[in-house]
Amino acid sequence: MPRRAASSFVNDPSNVPSSSPASAKGGIAIKASAVKPNRLSQLFSTSPKSKAESQTAQAAVQSASGILNSSTATPPISSASLSLPTISLSTATADNPNMDEPPTTLFQPPSPEEARRLAKQHAQFGPIGHHSHRYTSQHPGGTFPEPVMDEPPYYYLLTTYISYLILIAFGHVRDFFGKRFREENYRHLKPQNGYGALNSDFDNFYVRRLKLRINDCFERPVTGVPGRYITLIDRATDDHNKHFYFTGTTTDTLNLSSYNYLGFAQSEGPCADIAEDSIRKYGIVSPSTRAEVGSQDLHVEVEDLVAKFVGKEASMVFSMGFGTNANIFPALVNKGCLIISDELNHASIRFGARLSGASIAMFKHNDMRDLECKLREAISQGQPRTHRPWKKILVVVEGLYSMEGSMCNLPGLVMLKRRYKFHLFVDEAHSIGAIGPKGRGVCDYFGIDTSEVDILMGTLTKSFGANGGYIAADKAMIDVLRATNSGVFYGEAPAPAVLAQIMSALRIINGELIPGQGEERLQRLAFNSRYLRLGLKRLGFIVYGHDDSPIIPVLLFNPAKMPAFSHEMLKRKISVVVVGYPATPLVSSRARFCVSAAHTKEDLDRILTACDEIGNVLQLKFSTGIAGGALPEDAMPPPEKEQELHRKRNSKIIPPRWQIEDVIRRGVQDVKSPLY
Amino acid sequence: MDIQETQRLLSEYLHELADLFHRLPGSAIFLRYVKSSYQNDPIRSAVELFLFLFAVRYLLAPKYSTKPGVVQLSEDEVDDLVDEWTPEPLVGKPTPLEAMEVDKRTVIVGPVGPKSKLSNGRTVANLGSYNYYNFNTNESLKEKAIQTLRNYGVGPCGPRGFYGTQDVHMKTEADVASYLGTDACIIYAQAFSTISSVIPAFSKRGDIIVADKGVSFAIRKGIQISRSIVRWYEHNDMEDLERVLAKVTKEQARKPLTRRFIITEGLFESYGDMVNLPKIIELKLKYKFRLILDETWSFGVLGRTGRGVTEHQNVDAAEVDMIVGSLAGPLIAGGGFCAGSEEIVHHQRISAAAYTFSAALPALLSTTASATINLLQNSPETVTQLREHTKAMWAQLDPRSDWVYCTSSPENPMMILVLKPEVVAAKKLSLDDQQFLLQDIVDECLANGVLISRLKTLQDNFEPKQIVPPALKVCVTIGLTRKEIEKAGTTIRHAITKVLSKRK
Repeated sequence: MPRRAASSFVNDPSNVPSSSPASAKGGIAIKASAVKPNRLSQLFSTSPKSKAESQTAQAAVQSASGILNSSTATPPISSASLSLPTISLSTATADNPNMDEPPTTLFQPPSPEEARRLAKQHAQFGPIGHHSHRYTSQHPGGTFPEPVMDEPPYYYLLTTYISYLILIAFGHVRDFFGKRFREENYRHLKPQNGYGALNSDFDNFYVRRLKLRINDCFERPVTGVPGRYITLIDRATDDHNKHFYFTGTTTDTLNLSSYNYLGFAQSEGPCADIAEDSIRKYGIVSPSTRAEVGSQDLHVEVEDLVAKFVGKEASMVFSMGFGTNANIFPALVNKGCLIISDELNHASIRFGARLSGASIAMFKHNDMRDLECKLREAISQGQPRTHRPWKKILVVVEGLYSMEGSMCNLPGLVMLKRRYKFHLFVDEAHSIGAIGPKGRGVCDYFGIDTSEVDILMGTLTKSFGANGGYIAADKAMIDVLRATNSGVFYGEAPAPAVLAQIMSALRIINGELIPGQGEERLQRLAFNSRYLRLGLKRLGFIVYGHDDSPIIPVLLFNPAKMPAFSHEMLKRKISVVVVGYPATPLVSSRARFCVSAAHTKEDLDRILTACDEIGNVLQLKFSTGIAGGALPEDAMPPPEKEQELHRKRNSKIIPPRWQIEDVIRRGVQDVKSPLY
Repeated sequence: MDIQETQRLLSEYLHELADLFHRLPGSAIFLRYVKSSYQNDPIRSAVELFLFLFAVRYLLAPKYSTKPGVVQLSEDEVDDLVDEWTPEPLVGKPTPLEAMEVDKRTVIVGPVGPKSKLSNGRTVANLGSYNYYNFNTNESLKEKAIQTLRNYGVGPCGPRGFYGTQDVHMKTEADVASYLGTDACIIYAQAFSTISSVIPAFSKRGDIIVADKGVSFAIRKGIQISRSIVRWYEHNDMEDLERVLAKVTKEQARKPLTRRFIITEGLFESYGDMVNLPKIIELKLKYKFRLILDETWSFGVLGRTGRGVTEHQNVDAAEVDMIVGSLAGPLIAGGGFCAGSEEIVHHQRISAAAYTFSAALPALLSTTASATINLLQNSPETVTQLREHTKAMWAQLDPRSDWVYCTSSPENPMMILVLKPEVVAAKKLSLDDQQFLLQDIVDECLANGVLISRLKTLQDNFEPKQIVPPALKVCVTIGLTRKEIEKAGTTIRHAITKVLSKRK
């Protein structure tokens, strides 16, 4: 980042002439600037932050090099190995608003403290590069397309299976000798002294022989704020990942791993200020359960705010997202009821569903036809053996699936609900705050009235940078649930600081606090998600999920590519999450990127450049092009013709393998049209 | 056309057919197979042909359902059934007890301290929160929490496995482990979810759990989800425990050895009484069971420096296989923990659902837990003071009341007050009646400036059903002076007398 900014600053005057022919080529951003006389004034008008704030942002961009280099707190982010895009490539989209200005007009060298403060602030939340880096996350209408699941050539599937076979064979060989010569390492897997084995040998095999090999990619310890950057605590191992020791150093990396969708993970700014005030005023916690004497005025206020935000009459908040799901189902359904659950639903939903005592059926991920079959069968056949009708049927889906990046087909579900009269529970753990034009989750995204969904559940951990979960429903329902939900009776009440964070984040999103900032966060997240997804598709990666989802899984397939990808990214100072079996199907190991509003376009370009290099080394560019990434048509097709166009293109699919320069050059203007 | 001509033509066709057959790829293999399998035995060939035909028939046969009792219905019939079906509402009408639960909810305005302001504007003595040591209003703890907030933000924005493990979490784990004297420790994001994830992480289908009949709701949920074989013993009855253990050992003698666990609590959530840990350790060693001890209510309370039951009853914490506890109660932080050996802790990091699938604990709660543990360790006098206050309150309530008695152990600052059986019998009180009466007592106390609460419990669907006697819950705090505690005790006693003597 410093290097990038430095070059932009130095190159500024020389870029002025070169940028105008480039802008003549057209593009959404440039057209807008042609209408308005002054870009600077436009920036002020479209970004309705307070004046002082945008000025500091201005100063920040202008003097980024000086600030960042002089500060001690700033990470040395760009490594020598990174071939970052040079400025001439991105001028086509004019991503720096100050380029047309003479470099000396507003420039005032800031004091060192101010510089440090800004550097810290930008490490948590990057300033927006250009007003065009925004997009509104909204369903364009029409039928909701199923995400295209691309498949790699058979070679990769075959080698994946062979890799697992080799790993398992080696594991057994090592076990064979280990059990004979290193008995002490297997003590907890064998019965001894009359005690049963603590862990089952068979269950433990995967962990012991496969996961252990890549343990250094998991549970990486961190410190500080998980914002735009995250600080890893370096560690090393002498015994092949069994134990780690700290080397005493830290590494600042670009954070693609935290669920910090709206960038509210900040240790300063209005949220942190309000949280601090709440600790001073309310103390650290409310040391009781909600049902006994743990309810404070703050809880009531946040519950009202959450209810209003998600569009329900009432809500309850809990101190843990997992616990919210684990405790709610026994209060809703019991014996004689049926839960029909998406097969990819989160573990917490399964946990709760199992506790409820209801029968559980599953339908194929996001497959409305399969769900309809299951519903018809359930209603017509009734309960097993007795054939008595089910008391009630609860369909449970997630708004946004955390491993797939796909959204639930809410319009389809609502249509089925009208016909089959089931109750609908939507878990918005990842989607609340992250999608929809106002950040209010899937209902907002699809423009569906929230009264169509019986229960909206969500977490406050992700988009709002706080902790805990909520349940929102009609007031009558919530009133009963307050007296029947075990989370209310036995779970500790959420802490005031956490509540204050939720409250301030919600107020920023709905515009009560610092008008304009919430909107900026939402639109930047939507832009960033689409920009990165489009870039990866064009580079030739297989990417799962829907276009507007901020979760972007990049498929790796071969198990050995998981640690390799993670290490290569870490070398380039980017922290990513890699996941494999059992969190995903055996073959489709993947890296998961979680985009944040705190990322700037430069960050995303850095990620794309890194992925491009790594993709070449690890042979990851194997998409067939059916999921998109081909050259877009000149004109945006009207929605009704999209399908047809898509079909037409299907006939002659060329695998997209763009050059990174072209991806970055075309990214901003193409990201606003449909991504295929 | 004569016969010879026909024969000739026929043989010609046959030749051509044979020729065609030989030219097919793989025909030689087929012929060789037929020849070698024939072996001058036509029956053998016939059997093979029959098997081949059977296989063809099997593969072509229509699929049938493996589910028994499926009624075949036409699409129209299904449509009719769909139209007819009327489901129950998702959430039913509230019972009177449930309605009261919501109506009577107390809301505290401002900080939770020894004196708290309520939403009706009154300031009352707070004997309802687990704020035993009054750490919640401690300025230095607040400053520390704010400092953490300014370095880490509020939420960790991710599960522990994916960049949610912060250095403060590792420090808290080390602090708890060294405080208790175990090898290792793991922290969870919510105390209530801790034990219900710890139990199923170890005890699977086919394993054996021997548990106290009076264990808490969370433990019951953990046992339920583990799907293990459960044997219950009478609450805190060591003889019955021995009987059950002996019986289980005898039953299982011929079966393959499985994991066996004893699960009990340090101080019981529903009764407040204390476990006899030395005896349980003796039995567990004798019958070779592992012990899971839930110290949610005793950690930070019992013992000279608040280490819990192990310190109070002079048991080495390493003797207990798993100690589960809460950082959320008197320690004024959040989350729960499980302490034990390295292997036990490591296994949970992969397979405990509430650990792997949940976001990590907020950093500021983690540092607060470390700080309060440090405070307790360095000032045993606070623990002693709490015990003095508890004794003072106990003297006001248990021996002097005609109506209630205290089931808690005398060391427990959380007093569970239950109606005396003779009172219940004399007035013919059902469980619901008792709950309403107790709520009246709570209201009466509140009117006289003392905030206490009912013991809030929930019925679950797990067999055998557990019936927790309705009770009042009084939590002592050292934030109040001894005089104030005694005065509050008198107020509670008078309220009990007033409400119960009114009832015919």
